[in-house]
Amino acid sequence: MRVVVAMSGGVDSSVVAALMAEAGHEVIGITLQLYDHGAAVGRKGACCAGQDIHDARRVADRLGIDHYVLDMEARFRAAVIADFADSYARGETPIPCVRCNQKLKFVDLLAVARDLGADALATGHYARIVEDAGEPALAVAADAARDQSYFLFATRREDLAFLRFPLGDMTKDRVRSHATRLGLPVADKPDSQDICFVPSGSYADLVTKLRPEAAESGEIVTEDGRVLGRHRGIARYTVGQAKGLGEASRDGEQRMHVLRVESGARRVVVGPRAALGRNKLEAGEVNWLIEPPASPLRCAAKLRGREAPAPASVRWDGSVAHVTMDAPATVAPGQAAVFYDGPRVLGGGFIRAA
Amino acid sequence: MTRTYLDANATEPLRPAARDAVLAALDTLGNPSSVHREGRAARRMLEEARERLAVAFGVRPDAVHFTAGGTEANAIAVAGFATAGRRVIVGATEHDCIRRASPGAEILPVDGDGRASLAALEEMLEADARPAVVALMLANNETGTIQPLAEAAALCRRYRALLHVDAVQGPGRIALDEAIAAADTLALSGHKAGGPKGAGALLVLGEARPEAVIRGGGQERGMRGGTEPLPAIAGMAAAIEAAEAWRRSGGGEALADLKQRLLAGLAAVPSARVIATGAPSLPNTVSLALPGAASATQVMALDLAGIAVSAGSACSSGKVAESHVLAAMGLGELAGEAIRVSLPWTASETDIDAFLAAYSAMAARLARRAA
Repeated sequence: MRVVVAMSGGVDSSVVAALMAEAGHEVIGITLQLYDHGAAVGRKGACCAGQDIHDARRVADRLGIDHYVLDMEARFRAAVIADFADSYARGETPIPCVRCNQKLKFVDLLAVARDLGADALATGHYARIVEDAGEPALAVAADAARDQSYFLFATRREDLAFLRFPLGDMTKDRVRSHATRLGLPVADKPDSQDICFVPSGSYADLVTKLRPEAAESGEIVTEDGRVLGRHRGIARYTVGQAKGLGEASRDGEQRMHVLRVESGARRVVVGPRAALGRNKLEAGEVNWLIEPPASPLRCAAKLRGREAPAPASVRWDGSVAHVTMDAPATVAPGQAAVFYDGPRVLGGGFIRAA
Repeated sequence: MTRTYLDANATEPLRPAARDAVLAALDTLGNPSSVHREGRAARRMLEEARERLAVAFGVRPDAVHFTAGGTEANAIAVAGFATAGRRVIVGATEHDCIRRASPGAEILPVDGDGRASLAALEEMLEADARPAVVALMLANNETGTIQPLAEAAALCRRYRALLHVDAVQGPGRIALDEAIAAADTLALSGHKAGGPKGAGALLVLGEARPEAVIRGGGQERGMRGGTEPLPAIAGMAAAIEAAEAWRRSGGGEALADLKQRLLAGLAAVPSARVIATGAPSLPNTVSLALPGAASATQVMALDLAGIAVSAGSACSSGKVAESHVLAAMGLGELAGEAIRVSLPWTASETDIDAFLAAYSAMAARLARRAA
């Protein structure tokens, strides 16, 4: 079959391309140029493409497959970076990887793959497409520590049959040993870190540039309205955070955590850890990977990337998912609430501010 | 899979005469600047190349300054005259190597076919009395549109401005006589005429000489320092000589006939839109858009079907960006939906037919997908 592989230049997607080629498929590698690398690292004269595109091309050459670079800078700026800054300006904690998957990889790139007459689009995500009653379903990766299914909840149900995640059954060690066995020039490349478009790690600077109001100072207050200190812009705070509160980091003997961020009043509300837990939340922009449930759904909900799903009930009213957690949980607006039945992803949405 | 190469404006297939010249030069020992016999042999080869190029265009040999390519020749002219204190005016559809050599340049608008506006040029020259250099290309790399150089030159002379002409797409396709008569400086490229990559030339035709960008050992009469890349230069001279002889002895007409065959065949693809049909253009270049289909998708799909074409001008990363040329022509969305077909000197009717078959199949598939 003809298969398009989304090649980021990292070891995972390189191994996907190599394994697909080894299996005898006609592999077309496509690398998305998402942002101007030179501008992102703030180095004048740095190449617009960066090392990753160069690496992807070297891997493709090594494999003897066709390889193309697609310019998605404008689209990425609008759909991911602007959304990222807007979300922070609303006092939320965005997950840009979901937006990128949702808007670029599994919509735009998928459309290109179909336009090129491909039979499938394969990526290096750690997740699995399994069969359920003859229908393709999204499931967690075999290696729970690597699982990326949380970031894939927004994949359209009708596209699952077109997608391939060949690493879903592998451990990272196995992936690296494939890379070595296949002689890929990226076998020893370190895993990518953090947010790709802020390689310096200072996302607050980027947010400040796009949404200056998110950098304006304001009060840090307790639930009962006592002012404990001042903050350096709401973009620097996320629910649950205990660092960066300065003089407001303690109220008497108690360590303070961010309970919520109020963008309108530019206030950061803090309280003791015990006050963080919430049972109820709402998720919007919901994507279902099953028939949307007509009655309350018992499932496990995962509310942040590095957290295990926890028992919950979800009521779907046709536009919003009303989630009731069995046990109180930390709820950060902007993050995803993803619903699981065992290994299977049922759907998910973006957590809204209470 | 048989490949059909229709991307001549990116680079032409090597001409046999150029290949022979390169090989001979590779075996020539000596640095053209050295005093000994070996050096003098290399120098002789360099000067023969200069004379061949001069004869091909009817200019004096001392007008010819070799560079490492078209980009460098353009940069020396534009940046070199700017350094000397001239204001820079560049056509809106000039190649990036002109635009990026003069970041502060004023932009001369073009019409819907990509022809520079002479009225706008006159206004710009009249509005500011400082001496200017105007950069206008002979023919556009993406659309093939030929600029009104004689008229632009008359304006430049009236306002004491210099005219620099990027003529890299000309040799082997159209006569350069008018461009040579119009230009104060003119840039050429070896590989765009079927020579090896790595050599170009700046013809200095008038009194004014641009400041050198790279001084080095003062080679090329101070215009471009650095030991001359003799194999590339010898190959370039042979290629341009051969390309011009080929063009005059029927090659030019052959290209025009093939272009006609291509345009006639495109009539069978009703969704295809040929761009810049209202201006004179190169006999080897067709720019055509498929509304609703991204340029990059078309280039990839055709490549997979065995056809090499391009879109926009490629960044070194290989990404296909929207064409600034088509955007400047006011084509809006179509600027991101066009490809360029440029016929090499080796093109045949078989190539045209292979392109038409692949293109119409692609257009039909994309139309089905969109429906």
